[in-house]
Amino acid sequence: MAATSTGVVNGALIYILTFSILILFGIVFTMVYFAVRYRKSRNPVATEIAGNKWLEALWIILPTLLALSMFVYGLTGFNFLRNAPSDSITVKVHARQWSWLFEYGNGKKSPDMVVPLGKNVRCELTSDDVIHGFYVPAFRIQQDTVPGITTQVWFNATAEGSYDVLCSQYCGLKHSNMLAKIFVVSPAKYDDWLKGEPIELAGAVQKADEKPGEVLLRERGCVSCHSTDGGPMVGPTFKGLFGSKVRVITEGKKRAVTADDAYIQKSIVDPAADIVEGYPNIMPPGKDVFSPEEFHEVLEYIEGLR
Amino acid sequence: MGETVGTAEGYVPFYADKTKRPGILGWITSTDHKRIAMLYLVSVIAFFIGAVILGLLMRLNMLIPGHKIMTAQDYNAMFTVHGIIQIFLVVIPAVPTIFGNFFLPLLIGSKDMSFPRLNLFSWYLYIAGAIIAFIAVFSNGGAVDTGWTFYVPFSLKTSVNVPLATFAVFILGMSSILTGINIVTTVHQLRAPGMGFFRMPLSVWGFYATAWVQILATPIIGITMILVIMERLFGIGVFDPGKGGDPLLYQHLFWIYSHPAVYIMILPTMGVISDIFPVFSRKNIFGYKMIAFSSLAIASVGSLVWGHHMFVSGQSDLAGIIFSLLTFLVAVPSAIKVFNWLATMYKGSIQIEPPFLFALSFIFLFTIGGLTGLFLGALSANVQLHDTYFVVAHFHYIIFGGMGFGWFAAFHYWLPKMTGRMYDKKTAVVAWLVSFVGFNLFYFPLFVMGWEGMPRRYYDYPTRFNDLQTLATVGSVVLVIGIFLMIWNLARGSLKGEKAPANPWGGATLEWTLPSPPTSEDFEEIPTVTTGPYDFSHREKTE
Ligand code: HEC
Ligand SMILES: [Cu+2]
Ligand SMILES: [Cu+2]
Repeated sequence: MAATSTGVVNGALIYILTFSILILFGIVFTMVYFAVRYRKSRNPVATEIAGNKWLEALWIILPTLLALSMFVYGLTGFNFLRNAPSDSITVKVHARQWSWLFEYGNGKKSPDMVVPLGKNVRCELTSDDVIHGFYVPAFRIQQDTVPGITTQVWFNATAEGSYDVLCSQYCGLKHSNMLAKIFVVSPAKYDDWLKGEPIELAGAVQKADEKPGEVLLRERGCVSCHSTDGGPMVGPTFKGLFGSKVRVITEGKKRAVTADDAYIQKSIVDPAADIVEGYPNIMPPGKDVFSPEEFHEVLEYIEGLR
Repeated sequence: MGETVGTAEGYVPFYADKTKRPGILGWITSTDHKRIAMLYLVSVIAFFIGAVILGLLMRLNMLIPGHKIMTAQDYNAMFTVHGIIQIFLVVIPAVPTIFGNFFLPLLIGSKDMSFPRLNLFSWYLYIAGAIIAFIAVFSNGGAVDTGWTFYVPFSLKTSVNVPLATFAVFILGMSSILTGINIVTTVHQLRAPGMGFFRMPLSVWGFYATAWVQILATPIIGITMILVIMERLFGIGVFDPGKGGDPLLYQHLFWIYSHPAVYIMILPTMGVISDIFPVFSRKNIFGYKMIAFSSLAIASVGSLVWGHHMFVSGQSDLAGIIFSLLTFLVAVPSAIKVFNWLATMYKGSIQIEPPFLFALSFIFLFTIGGLTGLFLGALSANVQLHDTYFVVAHFHYIIFGGMGFGWFAAFHYWLPKMTGRMYDKKTAVVAWLVSFVGFNLFYFPLFVMGWEGMPRRYYDYPTRFNDLQTLATVGSVVLVIGIFLMIWNLARGSLKGEKAPANPWGGATLEWTLPSPPTSEDFEEIPTVTTGPYDFSHREKTE
């Protein structure tokens, strides 16, 4: 089992499944048996039975008790899932169209999540734009990320490996591409990774010849809306952007601006200020997406895209 | 109760009534409840076929991962439009407006609904809503891509024409409310002498309980849609978190209507099923009062469970716990109904005719839908299954397997009365078999995929779901073939079939005392009711 929560949820699933199968077979068997046994050719005259108090009482009481037992089973599991132990490591999870960003206590940011084996991890979830769903099927955990509030979820991974993070709440065009991984590694490896040392992560995206700015654009989810080769996407391409004349709408008025460093930086920090004509105003504001040094790398990279 | 008058002198079926205006005008200006029912029938079926085709296209898109027949934007628009059509234009109105309008007056021995003109007006509103919805689909910006749930803040940000689409839902809601008012008033005011509440056929109880939900719950979705429009157009800041609004408030308001809407869908069908079981078992329904009261219980407790759509939404844990408890309680009356239907068969004299075949498969599919609802109602299990294919399979088993197959049962049961002609019964059985097999091939794999973590509304999927996705797509093709065969058979039967007798199934309710089809007047003389609806002792089948 991939996490402690997996077993807890499976318990409820199996409990309900068992009774469901029994009930379904009971009903189908009775139905088919009656249909055959009391068919007209065998039973030409029906016997009138308008009801039976005891029988009806029985099938009110029994289903009610069974339903209540399922409720309690679900409730105990829910209590476990909802209450993170106090010794948990906290990871901030930012959801935005259409990528995830994981932020650690020491300021480290990563497009995938790396966690130590056997430790309690609490995720604080927020969204920069619309509602998304943080869903890790292997851990049996799911929680919506809602703009304006912080929600949370926790887990304790019990097997090393990599697990899918999916977006479960429909969030637009690339909802089905809003994926990430959780890498469960040994605590020692985790510490190395947190300090910024390179570690081997099975199945992680690794491209040898990427420029630093390129890595940043990929890791912070910019390339899910912007292409770097002129291809059409939800947002304008970065190719040839620098130095070009861009037609924008500022506070409802159309105007033309030259895309210099200042403009590009402003477009990232406060995208709603100047909206490029012909594009929707959906880019999430990125006040803290990049540190000043990172901004430098990104601008340099975009300048280079001629 | 009166004799059948199928061949009486001067008999003119309602559709050949010369006192009405000729041609199409005679239909769209007539306040005869039967003509209005036929207007609904034609329009609902047309939308149903359209939405089925959209569903099939989406399924074909999922055949092979990575190989797509449409763009992601088209796919998102398609599941949205499919949902809006099926929910608001087909499933919610289907049974109350077609069969409710046609049969409610006949079942209680009345000549019409309480407000015939309001009834016709509801149909106009319905068509107006449909037209607005279609304009929204083809207006600039492209078809709505929010999902039929219109969740904020996505629906506030997307560039497509959300205000028009939500306005269409508002108008359709008005139409639904008016139908509800008409049904409640009719049941209270127009029952024939001797027809006490407990002599009403159970289908009438179904329509009646549903109508209350329509009246009480629909205004909430209406107001919510208006708020979304205001938010889009004027930025009033109720829902937009950027302006201090609350996106969860939207979800609450949406589901306060849309959960009870599930009961608007299923209750009338359960009523019809309760009429069909006694007729084909030729004995009284088992536990009449229990079935009648369970409809009311479902309608009332069902209005308090909406939060089970929001267990992982960020609502408070306490709210989640209360909603889970109530959800489990509302499962009980549905279970009671199933047991009572089965008990009705005990020691009956059973004839498996097409309507009964559909009714029996209703039990099977509805039971699977109901049992899988228990998984979703249990808090911890819900965390794994929420917003996955499991949910998609669950509600298709309830709405399509339950409501849909029950609706098909109603067609096979009542259409001969409506058109005066009988469809081909052998073809009906073949169509049933093909649909039933296709349905399960299609939707059952969705349970498995959802259990393993396949989220819904995904344009593409990991290759590990390959085989099950392919199986589901094959099933969907089989299902669509079955349904089209059924529609063709019913349509051909209605136009060219053999003449149907007044009482082809030997039913004991009042509509079978009238000729097939009835006259414009329905009852020449209002009958006096002296027996219950399922008293077959002096009822003979006519061939
Ligand atoms: C959800 C999609 C989306 C994401 C994610 C996104 N953008 Fe944008 N971006 C847009 C859209 C749409 C526009 C054009 C409308 C506007 O100006 O707001 C845009 C505009 C821009 C512009 C101005 C381009 C021009 O042609 O003038 C820049 C620069 C930019 N984005 C950079 C970024 C960076 C850097 C990131 C990553 C931190 C990012 N964007 C993430 C959608 C997105
Ligand atoms: Cu998403
Ligand atoms: Cu619900």
